[in-house]
Amino acid sequence: MLYNEPSPLEVKVVSARFGLPNSASIDTYLANDGYNAIQKALGMEAGAIIDELKTSSLRGRGGAGFPTGMKWSFVPTNTGKPTYVICNADESEPCTCKDRLLMENDPHQMIEGMMIAGWVIKSNRGYIYIRGEYRYLIDIVDRAIAEAYQRGYLGKNVFGSGWDFDVYTHTGAGAYECGEESALLESLEGKRGVPRLKPPFPAVIGAFQSPTILNNCETFSAVPWIMLHGGPAFAELGTPKNGGTRMTCVSGHVNKPGVYELPLGFPLMRLINEICGGMRNGKKLKAVIPGGSSSPVLKADECDIALDFDSLAKAKTMAGSGGLLVLDEDTDMVAVALRTIKFYAHESCGWCIPCREGTTWLKKILTRYHNGGGRRGDIDTIADLANNMLGKTFCPLGDAAAMPTAAFVAKFRDEFEAYLEKSIPVESREFAMV
Amino acid sequence: MTFSPALEARFQKLLTSYPPGRERSAVIPMLLYAQDEIGHVSQELIEEVAARCGITPLEVDEVVGYYSMLHRKPLGKYHVQVCTNICCQAIGGEQLYHHAERTLGIHNKQVTADGLISLEEVECIGACSWAPAIQVNYDFHHHVTPEGFDDLMQTLRDGTYQKSS
Repeated sequence: MLYNEPSPLEVKVVSARFGLPNSASIDTYLANDGYNAIQKALGMEAGAIIDELKTSSLRGRGGAGFPTGMKWSFVPTNTGKPTYVICNADESEPCTCKDRLLMENDPHQMIEGMMIAGWVIKSNRGYIYIRGEYRYLIDIVDRAIAEAYQRGYLGKNVFGSGWDFDVYTHTGAGAYECGEESALLESLEGKRGVPRLKPPFPAVIGAFQSPTILNNCETFSAVPWIMLHGGPAFAELGTPKNGGTRMTCVSGHVNKPGVYELPLGFPLMRLINEICGGMRNGKKLKAVIPGGSSSPVLKADECDIALDFDSLAKAKTMAGSGGLLVLDEDTDMVAVALRTIKFYAHESCGWCIPCREGTTWLKKILTRYHNGGGRRGDIDTIADLANNMLGKTFCPLGDAAAMPTAAFVAKFRDEFEAYLEKSIPVESREFAMV
Repeated sequence: MTFSPALEARFQKLLTSYPPGRERSAVIPMLLYAQDEIGHVSQELIEEVAARCGITPLEVDEVVGYYSMLHRKPLGKYHVQVCTNICCQAIGGEQLYHHAERTLGIHNKQVTADGLISLEEVECIGACSWAPAIQVNYDFHHHVTPEGFDDLMQTLRDGTYQKSS
């Protein structure tokens, strides 16, 4: 099911089959190039497949934007240990709702992408880690897996290659932290989702202490198209070093929020005005959070920017998970900053002190500030706390909390200062969140 | 403990889904699927899952303490989860949550006296572009207005509730 109208400006690669009747079924998939890419890959050497991915300049769609071909090339296949393919479908970065659509509308595409990864590293097992809240998707993906077994595409001797590959779903149970790759692996092993010290990276010591390819659902979903159409064709869709398209999730104060598949490098203002129908109620744009809640906010005058990994990094923010929140002139940025840090404080696993204490104190200070108890020194304390968290934790959650917070106070300092004079009505004070 | 045949089958499949000796991997799915059937994670369930996965009850217990969807106390028949994270917040998610508190007469993680409805303020559920969003058990409801919320709650009470997604 599609939850918003598509836009004619979209370039459909991973969402090409969305909207077809029974798009999740294997018959629809087979009638539309399905399982051709794995058959092609089975006739290729692993190195050639990796080269194709490198040429495509596909970068991880989960958040970090690491080049996929390079990631796959790091996996040793001569250790004598089994190897694993893990699909990260734990989508929980606020602003992001695309993996949901990919699994709901085209689960076979993701499975085929995992199979190609499996063939590259001669793995016999893949797991799809789906967040617990997405129960209906576990059912859909389980059905798709069962269909693929029925046709003999999964299991023993895949397409007569002599290579076996099994795929399983695995559910999380509510933890943002488990979207971080090493915490996900801990969770897959039946433990608390606490991150591991890196290196070694999962490519070398991953699932069950073995070499592992771990990619986001959308990353795997792009692989079959790249195999069929070639790396150069995918690269050409985007900008240099930022190949292909991206499922771009837009939320907030626009007329037509939704998930749109757009080439990398698509201009942000065109996205807002031409695809999303402009600002709601004719309001003025105030800010955009461009890559999930972890990404530093852009002020309206910084929004004349291309949506790709490198352009956004240059603007000291990030493309992250591809989720954009568009905020209008009426938005209370202190409230947004508070809600953001409440989230990270709630989701911090508690393992690293700078993250556990930093998020908690930022939440306390911002809560007091928002409730009308702000003091003049608070703004600098917030910035100082945030800056002291950066780079000091096992996993990026500490940074993910600190970066946006530092940006909110730096870029909207005027608004924070004006808050000191404001009297806040009781009913809009601190919200219960245990 | 005895479970439904469907859940038993699921347990059997889970325990063979991981590499040999890695049965512990099944613990989180088993707890969640069992909670769906019996309503919460009881001490008895913790001990049962521990025995089946070959780990100690304490090791299961520490998992239960970590994952926010695992509940040690019974929830309502319908667990209403209102997202107030930033995308929903921008479109009225917090107001919707407060509306839910007022109209249901319960606060975060509480259950109505008749056991029918429980309420939880949750983090992002992956419906950002269709905010504000809620989940009733596992069903998504998008673009929920306070009026829409009231109508939905009424269907829970009068038994005419239908999934939306």
